[in-house]
Amino acid sequence: MIDPTLPSHMRPDRSFQGLILALQRFWADKGCVILQPYDMEVGAGTFHPATTLRALGPLPWKAAYVQPSRRPKDGRYGENPNRLQHYYQYQVILKPSPPDLQELYLASLDAIGIDLKLHDVRFVEDDWESPTLGAWGLGWECWCDGMEVSQFTYFQQVAGFECAPVAGELTYGLERLAMYVQGVENVYDLNFNGREGEDKVSYGDVFLQAEQEYSRHNFEHADTSMLLEQFRMAEKAAAQYLEAGWNADRTRHLMAQPAYDQCIKASHVFNLLDARGVISVTERQSYILRVRELAKACGAAWLATAAGGAGAPCGASAA
Amino acid sequence: MPDLLLELFCEEIPARMQPGAAEAIRKLVTDALVERGLVYEGAKAFVTPRRLALAVHGLPAAQPDRHEERKGPRVGAPQAAIDGFLKAAGLASLDQASVESDPKKGEFYVARIHKHGRPTPEVIAEVLPEIIRSFPWPKSMRWGKASAKPGALRWVRPLRSILCTFGPETEEPEVVRFDVDGLASGDVTRGHRFLSEGDIRVRRLDDWLTKLEAAKVVADRERRKDIVLADAKDLALAQGLELVEDAGLLDEIAGLVEWPVVLMGAFDASFLDVPDEVIRATIRANQKCFVLKDPATGRLANRFVLVSNLEATDGGAAIVAGNERVIRARLSDAKFFWDTDRRTNASVPLAERLEKFRNVTFHEKLGSQYDRIQRIAELARALAPVVGADLALAEQAALYAKSDLRTEVVGEFPEVQGLMGRYYARLEGLPEEIAAAAEEHYKPQGPTDTVPTAPVSLAVALADKIDTLVGFWAIDEKPTGSKDPFALRRAALGVIRMVLENGLRLPLAELLAGRFGAGLSVTAERRRTGDSLDTVLDLSFERRLIETIAVGTRGITYEQAQEEVKARGTAFASEATADLLAFFGDRLKVHLRESGARHDLVDAVFALPDQDDLLLVVKRVEALSRFLGTEDGKNLLAGTKRAANILRIEEKKDGVSHDGAPDPALFVEAEERALGAAMADAEPVIAARLAAEDFEGALAAIAALRAPVDAFFEKVTVNAGAPALRANRLALLAAIRRVTRAIADFERIEG
Repeated sequence: MIDPTLPSHMRPDRSFQGLILALQRFWADKGCVILQPYDMEVGAGTFHPATTLRALGPLPWKAAYVQPSRRPKDGRYGENPNRLQHYYQYQVILKPSPPDLQELYLASLDAIGIDLKLHDVRFVEDDWESPTLGAWGLGWECWCDGMEVSQFTYFQQVAGFECAPVAGELTYGLERLAMYVQGVENVYDLNFNGREGEDKVSYGDVFLQAEQEYSRHNFEHADTSMLLEQFRMAEKAAAQYLEAGWNADRTRHLMAQPAYDQCIKASHVFNLLDARGVISVTERQSYILRVRELAKACGAAWLATAAGGAGAPCGASAA
Repeated sequence: MPDLLLELFCEEIPARMQPGAAEAIRKLVTDALVERGLVYEGAKAFVTPRRLALAVHGLPAAQPDRHEERKGPRVGAPQAAIDGFLKAAGLASLDQASVESDPKKGEFYVARIHKHGRPTPEVIAEVLPEIIRSFPWPKSMRWGKASAKPGALRWVRPLRSILCTFGPETEEPEVVRFDVDGLASGDVTRGHRFLSEGDIRVRRLDDWLTKLEAAKVVADRERRKDIVLADAKDLALAQGLELVEDAGLLDEIAGLVEWPVVLMGAFDASFLDVPDEVIRATIRANQKCFVLKDPATGRLANRFVLVSNLEATDGGAAIVAGNERVIRARLSDAKFFWDTDRRTNASVPLAERLEKFRNVTFHEKLGSQYDRIQRIAELARALAPVVGADLALAEQAALYAKSDLRTEVVGEFPEVQGLMGRYYARLEGLPEEIAAAAEEHYKPQGPTDTVPTAPVSLAVALADKIDTLVGFWAIDEKPTGSKDPFALRRAALGVIRMVLENGLRLPLAELLAGRFGAGLSVTAERRRTGDSLDTVLDLSFERRLIETIAVGTRGITYEQAQEEVKARGTAFASEATADLLAFFGDRLKVHLRESGARHDLVDAVFALPDQDDLLLVVKRVEALSRFLGTEDGKNLLAGTKRAANILRIEEKKDGVSHDGAPDPALFVEAEERALGAAMADAEPVIAARLAAEDFEGALAAIAALRAPVDAFFEKVTVNAGAPALRANRLALLAAIRRVTRAIADFERIEG
């Protein structure tokens, strides 16, 4: 049920930002640290180090955050009512996965105004896999009245490492969910700030121009020679930082996160190159493999850090 | 007799895995019980999205007692032997054993062991944890705190609770207590996720079913299917519409709901511009909804039937509205694809569209889709005379047939490939033969699918399948055992059925050799530098054939390479042709056997050389089968086999063949003279009739030999004393063998 004390412009079914705030509050109440988006371009909330890296290792972890996600290929010049090259995901990661994760998820839907006595919510098989991250998990896509509104995954492997313990990951497609609770057919018609009349700001007011500009950029103008060079540079830098981060006996790592940033960078650059159509089918596979190799090496490095669960604090053994 | 009830309650099980899981739990548990002496009367498994359950009816309360007698060593045997015996029999001392004697062995010890059967619940509690831990889910996972340690329990999705009771119908059953990785069994379950609250205590099956029903769970999968189907039909009927039934979808839906509530929704009638099949694919694939037909027009209506898992407080209005929104968005996409395709087809000529296939790999070693389409077109043209199709039309149809693979609609819904080709061809104003071929060239898809009959469709369908077979044969990707990733058996069977059902005369050997040899006509181009074989070979399909047989790293000249490639290529083509023909032979045997033909007759015909005309092979088998049904046929078969047996023995003894013509001057007995004359008369007749492919006629001529053959065996001694006489008689037998072999190898026929 939506918090009845909320002013109408803050209600999750009236404004896009109200939806985000309701989720933030819900998961804060469940003990999550509420993080801010990662300050790099990523294809999905999973890339945030708070998920990819924190899913590895034995230490418990609960976090929730909004992550702007970029899928250069999905740009439609602002002409498609459902497809965007930049959109928001709401990401929750709970490690180890709690026994009542499904119930928590359903309660979060209730909190944003989806009445479970009125709407048909279903867990439909959907096994998740990220070839670039070397990650996979089992779970479902969550349907509300036939529409996929979230992805629910029990991570089994990340960066090529078994998850021990397993983390539960929830990903809400915020625009889609907002369209549903607001009863809107076109994403650009979403009410962003919950105000009416002159004060109203729509999703289109905020993002339509950006979708048009980035679609031009992604498909027509992105500088491919620069991007190719950037990919090589990121790959090289990642390898360099990874190497430099290991201590003498390779038991502790001191720079897993800066190295992982380069892996994220390479992944996004690859997505841009892919959208520009300069990567052939066979090359595509090899680019994906190269990013995965980076992700794996970063995962190995992370597991040798304190937050990755390595026994002693990083500094202690790094002579 | 007591019953067992087991329920494994977990998070949502993928629909596609549910039927398999139900079967597995039934088999694993009942097998384990029977193995331990617990025979039951009946067992039934239940599965819903959230539970896997099993009821075993009529089990004994305990295992039967076991009496066992174990013979031991003789009295006075060494201590080691006695100790071993005591240990094996579970005895404390020799006092517990008795002494018996027999005349051979003398006095020896015997242990009589009485083992009380253990109570059934104890046995159940012992077998279930292992069955649960090693349950054969196609994919399983770990979860929660326990997953921090290696060896944690795996299940399809997190396992939440286990219910297990055992007891007779009249008494309060007991809980069978066991523990799987910290999850203890009990007698508690839960009802529907949204329509019921709290724990439910359960005693036994009937109780479980009733209480679950009250808690809005239909445990029986078949019943859920019945409910969905009946309600969907009723809803359709009320609107004067007809449900488009879909067994696969019904199966899936039964695995997505515990409490099916069937509702009807609508979409804008303007979407009906889109072909029915595309609408259906959209609604089925994305939304798992049924579509409806208007019986007046035979076309789809702008309605759909959805199955929700909820009895909603508003009667389902919000659910219907939500589903309608999604379907509207999906149909908008489908309509957009359909419109885009039509625009593209109208503005971009086919040749240009085909160019795009250059970038699509068909198979790494077999070139692009473009190469493949060109090959199929060439082959379709070559096959056109065989099927009575117009050459140009067949070629054009083949060029068009795969073009829909690049369209938006097929990209989104691969299951409408071919069908879209047909729609688009019509819209482009192409001849109906081309439109039909676009769809029909994929046929037959399986042993029960219909076979194309239109000549142009046939030409393309045959070309498509033969090209696939030749290609994969050339790169040595043949089916092995149960592995047939490129569906080559299906392709061969398709060719066989098209040939037989259309009565086509297709000389396969020549055709296949031509295809395998096609590479040889292409001259490898000399590259700018270098004379070695590696550098002169291009990587087009034909050259790849060459490459697979001839690439070496030796430094040989271009001309030498070319010669070698040619020579090896010829050898390769004939070898591959023979091998692929043998594969066709095997598939034909399987096909004929399945349609009831005797496999020995098929073998008998295939034993003859050059059997590459499938239609003639079948005609021979049929004629032979009828012939062997007659008295003459049976007797002649016996006579021929007798002749062949004698020949085999004598030829082995003599080390020479007796195949020469018998000399009439050496005939002595009337019977051998008669047989010689009959044979001389029959042979040209048989040959003429065979040449005319009149197998019945040829066999009738052979039937005329029955009487002289029988008389010959009755009166004439083959192994006569005089060598010349004997040789001549053997030659006569050889003539019988030869004459019958023109039809089939009679020695391979049973009976």
